[in-house]
Amino acid sequence: MRDAHWIFRILAPLLILGLVVACGDPDNGVPDEPEEVEMPFDMETAGHVQGMVMYEGDPPPPEEMDMSSEPDCADHWDEIPTRDVVKVSDGHLGDVFIYVKEGLEGMDFPTTREAVVMDQLGCRYTPMVIGAMTGQTVTFRNSDGLLHNVNATPEHNRPFNISQPVNMDTDRTFASHEVMIPVRCDVHGWMRGYVGVVEHPYHQVTGQGGTFDLSDLPPGEYVIEAWHSQLGTQEQTVTVETGETAQVSFTFSEDMLGSHVPLGDPIYPFRGNHAAHEAGDQDHDHAPMAPAPEGR
Amino acid sequence: MARRLRWLGMGLAWLLVLPGGEVAAQDGDLERGREVYDRWCASCHGVEGDGLGPAAGYMLPRPRDFTRGLYQIRTTAGGEIPTDDDIMRMINEGMPGTTMPGWQDQLSRRDREAVKDYIKSFYPPFETMDEPEPLDFGRAPRANEERIAEGRIFYDSIECWQCHGDAGRGYGPSAPELEDDRDYPIRAVDLTKNWKFNGGGSVEEVYRRLRTGMDGTPMPAFSDLVDAGFMTDEQLWNLAHFVRSLAPEDPPRVREVIRADKVEPGEVPRTVRDEAWDEVEKFYIPLVAQIIVLPRWFDPAIDGVWVQALHDGDEIALRLTWHDRSRSPDPAWMQWQERVIEVMEPVEGDPVEPAPRPDRFAVQFPPEIPDGMERPYFLMGSSDRPVYLWRWRSDQDGAEPARARGMHEVEALSGSIEADALWEAGRWQVVLRRSLEPAADDGRLRFETGVPIPIAFFAWDGDNAEEGTRGSVSSWFFVYLREEAPVSTYVAPLVAFVLTGGLGLVVVARAQRRERTLAEGAEDDPDPDVGPDTDPDADPDPEARPPP
Ligand code: HEC
Ligand code: HEC
Repeated sequence: MRDAHWIFRILAPLLILGLVVACGDPDNGVPDEPEEVEMPFDMETAGHVQGMVMYEGDPPPPEEMDMSSEPDCADHWDEIPTRDVVKVSDGHLGDVFIYVKEGLEGMDFPTTREAVVMDQLGCRYTPMVIGAMTGQTVTFRNSDGLLHNVNATPEHNRPFNISQPVNMDTDRTFASHEVMIPVRCDVHGWMRGYVGVVEHPYHQVTGQGGTFDLSDLPPGEYVIEAWHSQLGTQEQTVTVETGETAQVSFTFSEDMLGSHVPLGDPIYPFRGNHAAHEAGDQDHDHAPMAPAPEGR
Repeated sequence: MARRLRWLGMGLAWLLVLPGGEVAAQDGDLERGREVYDRWCASCHGVEGDGLGPAAGYMLPRPRDFTRGLYQIRTTAGGEIPTDDDIMRMINEGMPGTTMPGWQDQLSRRDREAVKDYIKSFYPPFETMDEPEPLDFGRAPRANEERIAEGRIFYDSIECWQCHGDAGRGYGPSAPELEDDRDYPIRAVDLTKNWKFNGGGSVEEVYRRLRTGMDGTPMPAFSDLVDAGFMTDEQLWNLAHFVRSLAPEDPPRVREVIRADKVEPGEVPRTVRDEAWDEVEKFYIPLVAQIIVLPRWFDPAIDGVWVQALHDGDEIALRLTWHDRSRSPDPAWMQWQERVIEVMEPVEGDPVEPAPRPDRFAVQFPPEIPDGMERPYFLMGSSDRPVYLWRWRSDQDGAEPARARGMHEVEALSGSIEADALWEAGRWQVVLRRSLEPAADDGRLRFETGVPIPIAFFAWDGDNAEEGTRGSVSSWFFVYLREEAPVSTYVAPLVAFVLTGGLGLVVVARAQRRERTLAEGAEDDPDPDVGPDTDPDADPDPEARPPP
């Protein structure tokens, strides 16, 4: 049936029109609509991870964004906006993508149903960093009402480059695990955003306070990674026990500026795991796939 | 290079076709694809398919990196893999406006199929993904004035001009910053030159690019706008019609002789805007990269100039029109310059530094009209055979006469050449004027009527780091000042044919071949009545052949 799932995703618009093309199994007509959100482990046994991301030293001086070429954007801001690429408040670091990098191999999690939104507001991506699960709807929103294009340049997913000349939403999904996918607007060269895509719901982006909270993990040992667009990555190993909350903290510092920042590295070889997991089954699910069908 | 490749290609095709016939296609074909690829494609696309062949550093856009599975010219939705037919079409026809040659005449069908399968193997997901469905593009509605006018409205409201500029010449406010998926600088296409569109210049092809976008480039897909109800499919067609209307009906054809008609004494126009120019025929001269004299430059920004000429028996005036995305030096283009310098090989002689440079143009003549075919070396002459130049630059009034004995030995002559110049909406227009009689007998040409006078052109885009030997050049052409009595239209071309001898034959043969291809493509054009009313560069000559 895995085959059928894949085909359905591609053909969803046709299916909605009632043109059942493949498979011929009417019960399966609505794709990816699990009746119950069923986790692949006993929720009673779950534990949690909490933590904080700190920053030591002085953040680089904020770079002013020259929006003179787009007065409507410039008008959105009371003062000249800055490229807050290292967002520090009180020693706490924001815009860090935190996710479980190792320890969940072989588990299939249901796709998160709510869409995650990346807005274009005052010619900046808001938030600048988002996380999504494979297959989860990512909504790119234009709240500016002037031309933006959303140009995603992943290495392992299929790319897209959509134009949004008016206030509008465009939905896309990503089929493969990839940390991180850069997104840019070619009309406003200063706009850079990042989408982290993982195959499970245990990911978060730190806000101003630098805190994060990965709850309801199955007990076990995990590698947690923290990714920052300018400061690179760090890992921590943590053991999760039933009913307990493990604490993890990361500290980035000034001298990490300019470190190698992995983009698009397939750090979590799900492909191989699945192949082993479901031997003999063709692994279509994990072939990089086209944007969500609703986009066509 | 393309020509040599073609010859070599024919040789190879011949060799492979001979023993080929009976061998069962199938398994062996990937191996065969590899052989073809290594021999014909790897120098640009790299043995590993990563787009990093030894020649790659000499070209922009860079050769495709096949390991990413990104294809620009598709019939499939934005972000999808292409169909096999899409890839085959690019292999067969090549990509105009880039160095990617077409292989239809060079490689056998089987070799082309084999190499297509081989390049797909660089991106393994091709194996697991089903062949995608091409989109349904429907049929082009017939173009008419209202459609084009409505297309214009959408061009403005969707803000195509952000990249392509108001007049479409690729000079929009975002243009200096554009980069492709591998961070190489990329130019927003000059929409008035549809013969350089990567995927073809017909209204159907333009519409397809709008629906599918061009993956790996900043050019986005617009399908979502139709799906979101922002515009109808028909309106997207109208936009395509508008884009098509920016370019002339046919590509300008290249002729060897620029005709200078005679006007009443004192009537030679002095300014760029003089309406007298509207009536004067335009002659298109292609310009190519100067890659002979060191230091060379492989990415010139200017690829052609339209020349108009008039004289009144006393003075001669030329109006030169060329597209240039900026009035150099323009600070907005400084970072473009930095990026282009960074990625373009070769570094020869002194390294080029980003700097505010003016735009420049030069018109070249021999010091005197030669008797036969003898002309100085086309790249500014040589030590024993100098040339006479008119040098214009955007940061000075007037133009300067000069004598050159090679590109590195240029000396100014006294006096100046009258000039009037205007940069507007991605285009330079410059009028240069001089008396037919030279001011002094120091190697300045004496213009005469009724004889073909050799003429050649050089252009430099300052914001593209061009200066000195780094720029674009033409070969020798002729300017022919008509005498009193209007000569038969056939005389000038005939003279040129005699003078250029065998070369003429080649040109004719090429033109004919091209016409055939155009004739096939011409059926695409839904309404030949809808002329290019927006661009005065239009050369509506039906015998057009595109520049090489
Ligand atoms: C002289 C250099 C050169 C050679 C030789 C060459 N190519 Fe290319 N090719 C290019 C460039 C440059 C591009 C990219 C153009 C662009 O991005 O606009 C390209 C693009 C392509 C594309 C992508 C089309 C698309 O839709 O994006 C294909 C397919 C291709 N080449 C196949 C081949 C094959 C097969 C061969 C050998 C038979 C070959 N090329 C030989 C330079 C070359
Ligand atoms: C964000 C910048 C951007 C915007 C906005 C944009 N374009 Fe483009 N466009 C480009 C670039 C860059 C290229 C060149 C791609 C290449 O050379 O591979 C291009 C290429 C093209 C081409 C040539 C296709 C070919 O086959 O080579 C056409 C036609 C075109 N654009 C039309 C439009 C129209 C119409 C709009 C508005 C609806 C538009 N563009 C909006 C950047 C843009």
